[in-house]
Amino acid sequence: MIRVLFFGQLKEQLECAALDLDTQSIATPSTLGALLNYLRHAYPQWRDQLQDKSILGAINQTLVSSEHRLLDGDEVAFFPPVTGG
Amino acid sequence: MISVQFQDFDFGHEYQQLAANNSKDGAVVCFVGLVRNYNQAHSVTGLHLEHYPGMTHKALENIVAEAKARWSLGRVKVIHRVGDLGISDQIVFVGVTSRHREAAFAANQFIMDYLKNFAPFWKKELTVDGPRWVEAQTKDHAALSRWQSPKAAMNQAKKSSNNEMVT
Repeated sequence: MIRVLFFGQLKEQLECAALDLDTQSIATPSTLGALLNYLRHAYPQWRDQLQDKSILGAINQTLVSSEHRLLDGDEVAFFPPVTGG
Repeated sequence: MISVQFQDFDFGHEYQQLAANNSKDGAVVCFVGLVRNYNQAHSVTGLHLEHYPGMTHKALENIVAEAKARWSLGRVKVIHRVGDLGISDQIVFVGVTSRHREAAFAANQFIMDYLKNFAPFWKKELTVDGPRWVEAQTKDHAALSRWQSPKAAMNQAKKSSNNEMVT
């Protein structure tokens, strides 16, 4: 299972803070980019928001690139560019 | 060393914690960020700060570790508030001590520049026209370049283009 979290404006636009994905449905090992692609197809209503090129991705609380490998049990997060400070 | 908290902080207390019983350091540089009443062409009445609880602490720790690797520092304290804030409320505190001022000034600014780009916080402003999410500023991203050699800047640019989720 992979837990997917959304934050900030993205969470509000998708009206979803978290979802659990069965790893069988996304054929692990996969990549972060492939997971985002899967979500665009599995949730067509999210497609436009998930096309945003500025979206950042983290695996297990660390920012990573879209090529980063995904493993069963990982916590994935997608969010807009950060605006703290 | 790092605190992510709802409650306010006391600048005087934080300064004392950095300066007390610290006779080897001759410099203390403290920065405080406040909520402005006007931002990105909107009149702001308040602010909600969201964060990614599992990642925030880790991201700030990594930033402080990187600062300590680059400069010889004494003590470092970072406080970032979350939740609902009013105008002129304190948002963030960065305090750095070092033997001489150059390292403390540079490390403080480095920590703020990296926090602005890599720490998972998001501001939602309450404005007279309704709530709005604050947009990331290109100037904050551009500020990173001052900490890089030309070669490192090129690698970073390559890395960030790989970071794009949509190809």
